[in-house]
This record gives sequence, C-alpha cells and structure tokens, in this order.
Amino acid sequence: MEWLNAIVQGTLLGGLYALFAAGLSLIFGVMRLVNIAHGDLIVLAAYLGLTVTTATGMHPMAAVVIVVPAMALIGYALQRGLLNQTLGDDILPPLLVTFGLSVIIQNGLLEVYTADPQTLNAGALETASVAVGGVALGILPLLTFGIAIAVIWGLQWTFYHTALGRAFRAVSDNQDIAQLMGLNRRHIFGLAMALALGVTAIAGILLGIRTSFDPSIGGGRLIFGFEAVIIGGLGNLWGTLVGGVILGVAQTIGAKIDPGWQVLAGHIAFLVILAVRPNGLFPRISG
Amino acid sequence: MNLQDYSVSRSSKAARVAAILAAIALLALIAAPWWAGRADMRLMGELFLYLSLATLWNLMAGYAGLVSVGQQAYVGFGGYMLFALTMLGGLHPLAAIAAAGVLGALISIPVAVLIFRLRGAYFAIGTWVIAEVFRLSFAQITALGGGSGSSLPVAIVKSLASGRAMREALSYWLALGAAALVVTAVYLFLRSRQGLALTAIRDNELAAGSLGIDIWRTKFIVYVVTSAFTAMIGALIFLQKLRISPDAAFSVNDWTAFVIFIVVIGGIGTIEGPIIGTLVFFALRETLADLGTTYLIVLGVVAIVVMLRAPKGIWGLVRSRYDLQLFPLGYRVKHIGQSKEN
Repeated sequence: MEWLNAIVQGTLLGGLYALFAAGLSLIFGVMRLVNIAHGDLIVLAAYLGLTVTTATGMHPMAAVVIVVPAMALIGYALQRGLLNQTLGDDILPPLLVTFGLSVIIQNGLLEVYTADPQTLNAGALETASVAVGGVALGILPLLTFGIAIAVIWGLQWTFYHTALGRAFRAVSDNQDIAQLMGLNRRHIFGLAMALALGVTAIAGILLGIRTSFDPSIGGGRLIFGFEAVIIGGLGNLWGTLVGGVILGVAQTIGAKIDPGWQVLAGHIAFLVILAVRPNGLFPRISG
Repeated sequence: MNLQDYSVSRSSKAARVAAILAAIALLALIAAPWWAGRADMRLMGELFLYLSLATLWNLMAGYAGLVSVGQQAYVGFGGYMLFALTMLGGLHPLAAIAAAGVLGALISIPVAVLIFRLRGAYFAIGTWVIAEVFRLSFAQITALGGGSGSSLPVAIVKSLASGRAMREALSYWLALGAAALVVTAVYLFLRSRQGLALTAIRDNELAAGSLGIDIWRTKFIVYVVTSAFTAMIGALIFLQKLRISPDAAFSVNDWTAFVIFIVVIGGIGTIEGPIIGTLVFFALRETLADLGTTYLIVLGVVAIVVMLRAPKGIWGLVRSRYDLQLFPLGYRVKHIGQSKEN
C-alpha cells in the first residue's frame, strides 16, 4: 500500500512538472528556442504571486488573475525586446543570452526579496485531503494535476483549432514562407512567449503553494521541466504530461527508498530513458 | 598573376612579438614568489585556474560546438578525486591531481556516449543534469563528508611542502603551470590535423562531414580531453581551497556561469579571447565585488550586450580593426607584388 501511495503521489507531482515543461515545450515547438531562464521565470512568477497576495490579501489561487497577465506581458516584451534578436541558425546567442538572463533574474530576485525562503499561504487548501481506497489524496496535488490536464488540453486546442495556433504552426514549419503569407513572425513569437509565460505563471503559483521557494531554485525547476520534455518526446504536449508523471513517480519511489535519493532517482530515470529511447517516448519533431 | 606572386605564411610579425612578450611575461610570473605579496599570489593563482577553465570551455563551445553548462561536473569530480585519493587512498597530492585527470577522462566516456544523443541547447541542459547527478551522488558518500563536505587533513597539506611560504609558492606554480599547459596544448591541438578538422566542423558541420571528417569522433575526443583537463584543474582549485562540499564543488555559477561570461566577453572561438576575458573578469570583480548581487547583474547584462552587439567579443573587435592574430592558427596568403622575379 505504501508503494501504491508513492506511485499515486508521484503521478500527481508529475502534474506540476508537466506545467514546468509545457512552457518550455511550447517555446521550443514554435521558435526552436531553449530558454535556460525558464526555471527562474517560474520562480519570478511565484514571487509575483507573493507580492500580490501580501499586498492585496488575495488567496494565491485568485492571484492567478493578476500574475498570469503580468507574466504574459513580461513574456511578450522579453521576446520582442531581446530574444527575437538572438534567433537564427547559430544556437549560441539564444543559449548564452537566456543564460545571462537567468543570472540577472536570480540576482534581481535576491536583491528585492532576499535569500529567505518564502511560501504562498493558501490556508486550508494546503493540507486538505480526501481518502480514496486507503490512499489519502491531497486536494492541492489533485487540483494541480487537473490544472495541468486543462492547460495542456487548452494549449493543444489553441494549436490545432484557432487562427493563432495556425500561425504558430506556420512559423514553426517555415518562418520565411509564413512571413510571405503576411504573418509577422516577430509578433507571433512574442505571442508564443506570452502564452508560455502565462502557463509558467500558473506553474509558479502552484509551486509556491506546494513548497517553499527562494531565488536559487530556478535551475532545478528548469531541469525537471527539461527532463519531462525529453522523456515525453520533443514537441509533444501530451508527452510532457507523461514525462512529468514518470519523473514524479521516479522521485517519490526514490524518496521511499532513501530520502536523499529523491531528486537523484528522477535524474537516473531520465538518463535511462535517454539511453534506451534517445528521442523520448512519443517524439513529434526531431531535435 | 602567378602563384609565385603570393607567399603563404602562418606566422606574422605581431605573432612573433607576442611570443617574445609572452615568454618574458611567463618568466616574470614564474619569479612571482620573490616579488609578489601573498594576497597577490593567491589572486593570480585563482586567475590562472579560471584562465584554464575558460580556455577549455572555449575549445568545446567555440570550436567543437559543444555548448556545455555542466563543466562544474568535472571541476567538482576532480576536486573530490583529490580528496578521496589523498584521504582514503593515501596518494601524494601531486599524484592525485594526475590521477584525477585520468579518472575524469574515464568517467567522461560513458557520459559522452549518453548525452551526445542530445543536440544543441538540449545537450547544454543535459550536461547540467549530469553535473546534478554528480553533485547528488557525492553528497551521499559519507566517507567524504556527505552533504556538508570535508577539509583536507593537515598531514596531507604538509606532505606537499613543510613550510607555508614554499607551499603557497608551489600552489601558485601549479596554477601557472596548468594555465600555460592548457593554453599551449589547445594552441598546438588547433594547429594539428585534428584541429583543422575541428575548425572545419565549427565553420560548417555538413560540409565537414561530406569531406570525410568523422564529426562524432572528433567531438568525442574534444569532450574527453577537455573533461580530463577540467578535472585536473578542479583538483588544483580545491587544493588551493583545502575544503570541499558538494554545493561548492558543483556550483553552476562559480565554474560555468563565470567561465561562460569570460569567454563571451573576451571573444569566443579564439585563443586570445579567454585570456582577455579573464583579465576583464578579474578587473571587474576586484572593483565591483563589494556590490554583491548587483555585480552579478552587471556581469549578466554585459554578457548579453556583448553577445548581441559584438558576438565575437573584445578580441573580435580588435581583430576586425587591426587584423591581428597573436596565436597564429590559420595560414595567410600575401601578395608580394611585381618586384620579385620568379
């Protein structure tokens, strides 16, 4: 029963990792950009949530209505102001610029919020649970998993059933021809980054309610999201959910064996899958 | 227009002058224990080790196209090997440093086979995962202090040299020697046949492949050799620090972020770049370090601006203006003119 519990909790944890990964996957799918600052942007969203909740007394889940548009705006500005200049055949500029951005965000957060660990206070939601067949399921992890499914479904629907999604797919397939067809790729990229950081905002708020956070944890969140993307297969949004679940289950099982093994077990699961299936489980585009 | 009207040479006057100046500077630096203070020597020792790391990272990223953000894996591995081999294996520290290089090369082979499956930016994050695996694994080893780390016992430190002055001088010479060795090795490697293949891959991977260059193998060799050297530098770094912990040994900021900034600011894909970048980095650090986090923000901004506005760095700007190359790698064709009879 304890093992079943570990698997169930790991699955629900996977929902959070899928949310980390969805933004990363979306950005890569549309503009082939790998954002090293992604983890720090998740942490930035958590801190924005902290500021909103302490300033207005709102519940963290309600703060989403302010943090999501704020992060989307930041995303659009970041893409048009900075990241669009780095796109091209050379992989070095986007990598190094987002790496620099990561250092800037991390130290900016340190400057403003100090290194003290913080947490978003969600009241009763943090500890509420329901018992299902002998396993206690936390309401928050259930909610996180539900939100992850809803977000991925929403992204999938946007991609394949809206004009914006068609534009995303067009610039992804061939930037120059999309441009000839009257799409402004700089604007489309801006919108893609806005959407991705909107998802990141949700992930950041949920992270902040679940655990304590400080400015230095961004790198670790980037790695979890990245592992979920690679396990699931590049460019496959539902794949990132599977990847997140595999990572989450590996971590909770690792923690069950020895608490020091939690994160390490996740990394090892990732490396094993990389060795066996280099393109992930359900690849849609080649890296 | 005859072939005889042109001469092909590798060296240039600037390169010869630079070589002489470098030799004089090297002699002056070797003599530093007689003219520099203790604090200066410590700082210079650290500078040489950063120069070595930057030169190695530049060989991978600037020439082999292997952009790694996980070199701290080998810095930390080398450091831990120094501690493990001296404390648990009873080796002399100098032998342990050499052994750390060999072990670094050995462990990098399976790592390379695995993460070479990832391309471009995903390769970069993959290297970071490896570094995290190393960090978390070493944190589990209780014999080396687990998560809180350990200090090098006094007896081992004393086995290096009994007097403090001699020990400090030796530590300084080791750092200087490492930097000289790494820069020379990279220079000679790039002038060799393998180096030519590497430069071809840097310029156009597809074309290089179609000319019969084994791209995977060339990159693999660069990765393994770089890892071996990085592990040795890591051992030297922690021989200076005398204390190791997983967080310090596998710090992404200290051993990768700073190194990347050094190379980008100095000029990626050149041998001169990391040297200039290291000098700029230490000059900035010594003047701005009191600002704490602001200093790191400034460093990040400078790196981004350089990457966008002058992607070839400071040395790239100099070279575009004066056509200089202090470490002659390529061949130049010069027109001699009509005055010379064939």
